[in-house]
Amino acid sequence: MELDEHLFRRESARMIAALTRIFGVHNLALAEDVVQDAFCRALEVWKVRGVPQNPSAWLMATAKNRALDVIRRERTANTFAPEVSRLFDSEWTLAPVVDEAFATEIIRDEQLRMMFSCCDPRLKEEVQIALVLNILCGFGAQEIAGAFLTGRAAVEKRIARGKASLATSRRLFDLTDGDVAARLPVVQRALYLLFNEGYHSVSTTAVVRTDLCREAIRLTELLLGDARTATPATGALAALMCLHAARLPGRLDGSGHLSALVDQDRSTWDAHLIAHGLALLERSARGSEVSTYHLEAAIAAAHVQSPSVDDTDWDTIIELYDRLTALAPSPVVALNRAIAVAQRDGEERGLDALRAIEGSDRLADYPFYRAAFAELELRRGHRDQARAHFEAAFGLARNAAERQFFEERLRSCEAT
Amino acid sequence: MSDFIYLFRTSEEARRAAMGTPELAQQSMQRWLGWVRELDAQGHLKSRGQPLENGGKTVRGKKKVITDGPFAEVKDLVAGFMVVQAADLAQAAELAKGCPILEGDGAVEVRPVMAMDF
Repeated sequence: MELDEHLFRRESARMIAALTRIFGVHNLALAEDVVQDAFCRALEVWKVRGVPQNPSAWLMATAKNRALDVIRRERTANTFAPEVSRLFDSEWTLAPVVDEAFATEIIRDEQLRMMFSCCDPRLKEEVQIALVLNILCGFGAQEIAGAFLTGRAAVEKRIARGKASLATSRRLFDLTDGDVAARLPVVQRALYLLFNEGYHSVSTTAVVRTDLCREAIRLTELLLGDARTATPATGALAALMCLHAARLPGRLDGSGHLSALVDQDRSTWDAHLIAHGLALLERSARGSEVSTYHLEAAIAAAHVQSPSVDDTDWDTIIELYDRLTALAPSPVVALNRAIAVAQRDGEERGLDALRAIEGSDRLADYPFYRAAFAELELRRGHRDQARAHFEAAFGLARNAAERQFFEERLRSCEAT
Repeated sequence: MSDFIYLFRTSEEARRAAMGTPELAQQSMQRWLGWVRELDAQGHLKSRGQPLENGGKTVRGKKKVITDGPFAEVKDLVAGFMVVQAADLAQAAELAKGCPILEGDGAVEVRPVMAMDF
């Protein structure tokens, strides 16, 4: 039996969900200990007997037994989850309660509650995301640091800070509560940032980036699976992720290099994900709410439905960018809008739009801002200006893939 | 071909560290499965041994005193065993170099099984 490549990461997240339901979120460290214990037992047994037929069930059963041991040993000294702890006093009720916590639907529910607890607005967004990645996706500090190009120590500090805050509450976020509507946008935003982290440039390895995108989609689908959290904005967010993720194979060419939208081989785009994303977007159009996710998803939909760059409906895209600017103005949105203007009205107009970006000082460190100038200068034949901008972009590049990409663009300034 | 016993010696701390995060657990498991599979494929694996629980009891001396332990704090805990077949002690030791326990600074004690000619 072969080992699934994400087995331990996936099962860690599921076991933590079940165990915190039993132990209470204040005993998160105890839950993590039990998970690690189950992993150690798995190593000892599997290396002798081989990987079992159902490794996931094996790990769950082992964690369940360990949980029973812990409760029997500590029930007088420790306080467990308030919802269930009174049932731990009798052996008659103890086992069924622990069993129930490991049921698939309960685990799904607990993960949802954990997600809401991690996205506490009192925590910084970077802390929320580190917590979600650690607890709900099973990533270690080392991997999170790798994905964010942050030091491991900084990530460990974020996780520790987040967990300390979680430990102060006895219960996970209550989804029957009226606060769901207030907390949901924070959760959506964290998942949106998590996805972007995977999709845009920062990490060097294609594998990590695809994993982050996949996890963001999985967690968003968890929101979609519950009537209380499946709002039109959630649907639009899921659509947006699918439509972008569909282009991920094209964005990273075979060797893991970034390729510009113009050069992307559209046949590499994932047709199944595109269809799924478009269906989600259509369904999310019910109701009167138009979120930024709706607009961004609509822009992504316009791109994936175009057979080529030249046949793209730039009028619609620019109009969507205008609406997005009205709803949530940002220099990055303005930059993307300027690129669309250049596609429709030519380089001169595009350059005008780039220069007119409000708050462009916030783009000073963003390599693709200078790259946009460079591309348009190159197109109108001003090679020297183009080269200068590409050199600046190269200097701002955040990783090897970006550096290589700008190096190639610099070479095209030389070609006749 | 002669029989050799591999005694795996490590600390509980190193053992837990090897499974410390899901990513590490995945890697450790893959390494172990790979190493055992390779020994098996090359016809060196005679017995995979038995998994051992932590802790236990020790019976010692003429007075037959029973004490608890060895405890997890012991630096040099016997974590398990395995029986391999190799041409000689040198080959058996060479084969042990692939053992993942070494990554965590553990040790493999390679002991020839005494040949019984009768």
